[in-house]
Amino acid sequence: MTLQTLVILGVFAPLLGAAIAGFFGRRIGNVPSQAVTTGLLFFSCAVAWTVFGQWTWGHLEPFTLRLLPFINVGDFQSAWSIRIDALSATMLIVVTSVSSLVHLYSWGYMAEDDSKPRFFAYLSLFTFMMLALVTAADFMQIFFGWEGVGLASYLLIGFWFKKPTASAAAIKAFVVNRVGDFGFVLGIMTIFWMYGTIEFAELFPMIGERAGTTWEFLGVQWSALDLAGFLLFIGAMGKSAQFFLHTWLPDAMEGPTPVSALIHAATMVTAGVYMVCLLSPIYEHAPGAAQIIAIIGAITALFAATVGLTQNDIKRVIAYSTCSQLGYMFFAAGVGAYQAAMFHLFTHAFFKALLFLGAGSVIHGMHHEQDMRRMGGLWKLLPVTYAVMTIGTIAITGLGIPGVGGFAGFYSKDSIIESAFASAASGHSAVGMFAFFVGIIAAGLTAYYSWRLVFMTFHNKPVWKEEGAHHADDHATDAQLETHSEPLPDADGHAVAHAAHDDHAHDDHAHHGPLHPHESPWVMLVPLLALSVGAVAAGFVFAPFFIGHHEHEFWRGAIFVGTHNHVLHESHDVPTWVKWSPLILTLIGTAFAYWIYVAREGMGRRMAERDGVVYRFLYNKWYFDELYDFVFVRGFRAIGNFFWKVGDVKIIDGLGPNGAAWASLKSAARLAKIQSGYVYHYAFVMLLGVAGLLTFAILAWGA
Amino acid sequence: MPYILSLVTFLPLLGALAIFVARLASRSQDAAAPAARWIALGVTLAVLAVSVVLVAGFDPANTGYQFVEFAPWFAGASYHLGVDGVSILFVLLTAFLMPICILASWKSIETRVVEYMIAFLVLETLVIGVFTSLDLFLFYIFFEGTLVPMFLIIGIWGGQNRIYAAYKFFLYTLLGSVLMLLAMLWMAHTAGTTSIPELKRFAFDPAVQPILWLAFFASFAVKMPMWPVHTWLPDAHVQAPTAGSVILAGILLKLGGYGFILFNVPMFPMASEMFRPLVFTLSVIAIVYTSLVAWRQTDIKKLIAYSSVAHMGFVTLGIFSGNDQGMQGAVFQMISHGLISGALFLCVGVVYDRMHTREIAFYGGLTNRMPWFAAIFLMFTMANVGLPGTSGFIGEVLTMTGAYRASTWAALIAASGVIFSAVYALTLYRAVMFGEITNPKLQTITDIDKRELLLFVPLIVGTLWLGVYPGAVLDYTGPAVEALTNAYRVAIGG
Repeated sequence: MTLQTLVILGVFAPLLGAAIAGFFGRRIGNVPSQAVTTGLLFFSCAVAWTVFGQWTWGHLEPFTLRLLPFINVGDFQSAWSIRIDALSATMLIVVTSVSSLVHLYSWGYMAEDDSKPRFFAYLSLFTFMMLALVTAADFMQIFFGWEGVGLASYLLIGFWFKKPTASAAAIKAFVVNRVGDFGFVLGIMTIFWMYGTIEFAELFPMIGERAGTTWEFLGVQWSALDLAGFLLFIGAMGKSAQFFLHTWLPDAMEGPTPVSALIHAATMVTAGVYMVCLLSPIYEHAPGAAQIIAIIGAITALFAATVGLTQNDIKRVIAYSTCSQLGYMFFAAGVGAYQAAMFHLFTHAFFKALLFLGAGSVIHGMHHEQDMRRMGGLWKLLPVTYAVMTIGTIAITGLGIPGVGGFAGFYSKDSIIESAFASAASGHSAVGMFAFFVGIIAAGLTAYYSWRLVFMTFHNKPVWKEEGAHHADDHATDAQLETHSEPLPDADGHAVAHAAHDDHAHDDHAHHGPLHPHESPWVMLVPLLALSVGAVAAGFVFAPFFIGHHEHEFWRGAIFVGTHNHVLHESHDVPTWVKWSPLILTLIGTAFAYWIYVAREGMGRRMAERDGVVYRFLYNKWYFDELYDFVFVRGFRAIGNFFWKVGDVKIIDGLGPNGAAWASLKSAARLAKIQSGYVYHYAFVMLLGVAGLLTFAILAWGA
Repeated sequence: MPYILSLVTFLPLLGALAIFVARLASRSQDAAAPAARWIALGVTLAVLAVSVVLVAGFDPANTGYQFVEFAPWFAGASYHLGVDGVSILFVLLTAFLMPICILASWKSIETRVVEYMIAFLVLETLVIGVFTSLDLFLFYIFFEGTLVPMFLIIGIWGGQNRIYAAYKFFLYTLLGSVLMLLAMLWMAHTAGTTSIPELKRFAFDPAVQPILWLAFFASFAVKMPMWPVHTWLPDAHVQAPTAGSVILAGILLKLGGYGFILFNVPMFPMASEMFRPLVFTLSVIAIVYTSLVAWRQTDIKKLIAYSSVAHMGFVTLGIFSGNDQGMQGAVFQMISHGLISGALFLCVGVVYDRMHTREIAFYGGLTNRMPWFAAIFLMFTMANVGLPGTSGFIGEVLTMTGAYRASTWAALIAASGVIFSAVYALTLYRAVMFGEITNPKLQTITDIDKRELLLFVPLIVGTLWLGVYPGAVLDYTGPAVEALTNAYRVAIGG
């Protein structure tokens, strides 16, 4: 079997699995559905590693398979294709590795759920859409995958559809992503009318032609490629939850935890980064757009890290962490270090999936408790989970010694920070320097919130043991928690009662009695261990290929780097203080977390109880949800009501059909006769009338 | 096959006659009902078969009219039929939706079944006649004739407030067409012919074009409907029986768009170019305005009706963009909307047949008891919001792309419509399907049965197939539209 055939089978295997589990799941039963989807996913994963192996160590050349025509109208030409190059090969292994492990993990995590086939079908469907996205050879297919993963995300966030918060979060995710897609389609159209093509292979060699020219949009002349690049980036902002369009990601934690790991950490949310790197030919010619990317990325990295400091829901902490790490990737791309961005995407997938699945293991062991304030001291009871979470935390904090080595995050994050500095040093701009400082500050914050999570969860005294005694007090905490979580108002404008977060379909609310945390079954631990290997080793094994000496041979043109862009190269030669500064800040952050949450146990709680202005601002996520709700949700609702009740009813109908003449006609008694059989006569007369008028007219005009 | 167009056009009328005979032969209304149903189903399926043969024999590469039939009639008018790559698709769409309508009415229509089936078959003849006519007056008769059966379907088999809705529908659409008739008379007089192909080649005086254009516009804009003459549509839909809504949204609205493509653009290109800002403005208002209004509705059918108006906004944008992408996108959007809105109205019918209310607030949590219905409704909700992979996406993206060329403002506002459509469609889905069942009346609601599934299957297949392989439509519209846009560009001197 040729590699080409294998690739086709690998891409479509998850779709087949989704179809089998989705359509026949109830008939064939749970275990067969799970086995089929998981098995096919592992097959895809094997194919992906084969491709990636041949790409990295063999002599595989990039190729594109055209399977079927898609939309063809004039120059608007697209095809269903599979494009294999360094970028897609990297994404293939990220997506299929995490997805197959998440499938496996879900055997344990979803064991009590009563719609398992549906869950596995959605997971596989998501994986297929993601593969379609990363292997696209033109803008239409990438958009298909783009919205397809959005659909899967919607379905999986709202998987527990009985929970009002889950279905609200699902809508929010879809709609906010649509805001991004609005920019994305405008960007695609702009590219199409500029170049007359939407195929990457045709487009990229022509990109330079428009550099420096202007393009009219909304009556204003813009720098052509900056405009196109910016519009396309709006799409990336939505999908990758960047500042302004980030609000959906924390709410997306309403979905089952394996979903959070796969979609909202490792794969889908990185699609925006992937797109920006894929479109490097555009951004290399669009310095303005690239700067915007760097600024938005840096702001996101800092913003999300600050919010992460104060959250108490274990999943939300990791969600903000994801948001922040995505910010890192974007500012790397924005300063021109696309390779570093892709490398961080790659390593992040392993350790972030690990952290999420580890959190899932904790939640599972704690019987669906997600509030870290009710945990503590779990390391003895969940030793494996504790070990892998510690590995994941070391990896995400980027712990490592410059010149020697470290865990995965060390290589990729430091490369990003150094690239930002290099771009600033080579006279690039103030943006690079801004990104650099944000990068090291956020590294300190990352260390703080990541270790805080570990300490609150696994160390200290076990709060859950006293849970029974404090039950009465808990309701106050609960209420506070609820007001701080952002329910999306429903159709009628009433805030949806925020069901307690442990209110799963299969969870009885009554068990506030004695709790017996337990370690998770092996089917969940094996994926954790596998990901731990990635979190440790993905950095030093692959750094030479992604960002090091073999960088050029590895990418083989998949990432376009302009002739003036030496950022990645120069990032290796930054001053020593630059290389050490992330480590120092990381250590400071770690020390603070240790001091506040371990050495002075209880200090963290007291700080929160003081409820200062800064704390409240961060805890409420800079009040974005409140602002958006006030401006957009309420605003558009009022406009909609106005259009309907005033525009349609009062003005249009009032002046038109319900006006004086019509009203008198309506009140006429003869109208009522329509019900009594006269209608036929009426219709007949009318038809005769029309025909008669016609005949008369024709004869009169003598045509 | 000679006279195949006459066959496909008048076969339904023969069916109506057969039902009439069957009624005469039986003792009572009720006794004739089963025969009426089966004859109607058989005839509509036969029409579908004939139209498939028609499509199979059609040569998409040939841009002229095919299967042409011509016979002088009276006073200069003639019996002149023919189809091109655009109209043949509408014939197929009509033939495709009709059997579904008949099946959808199988149980829900219990009174005056004979008349009901006759009305539908007559309507089918008239609608197919609109798409096959190549003579001005023949077109007019078919076009106006469609009002009568539709008026009856709403007025007799409709809901509580059907009389108001029927008259609103009737008056709106009839008033619009008086102007069109006058314009047609003037054209026939000036050009000396009533042949549509010849009129397309006739260069109308640029000074008169705006007047003629407006006269046709008055009729077709109401039919689409465009903002602000859209308010008859929600009322008509709410009152119409399920199959009436399917036909109304699926086919009758398309008569307006088809009319624009047949008359306004090719015959009055200068005026079309001149009035483009007007059309674009009304279109983008329709997209945003009606989407927001849809969001606020409390009646499921009204919500979907308003969403139809928004989707038709994309059609008018595309038609008057003056380029291939826009025009082909418009045709595609009409075909696709025929499938999707038809399916959505059938979805409403499913719950209405069970609970006899369309109040959104009545429902909630239906997924618990109706998993198959949940899947189907979800799929068409997603198609309605233009998710790629469904046919809804292709039409939207192509019309927006076409509009971008003509006006980036229009493209920008239209693109914002994809956000609003997600808001109203997903809000509706959530309110009806998600959550726990809290209304005790819903505790015993049943999932869709085999007959209902049979209604949806062709629509599901069509929506997905066109979404993945839009070439099935675009290969037909391509050459015809290209010829049209080329002529258009020449005419406006661009």
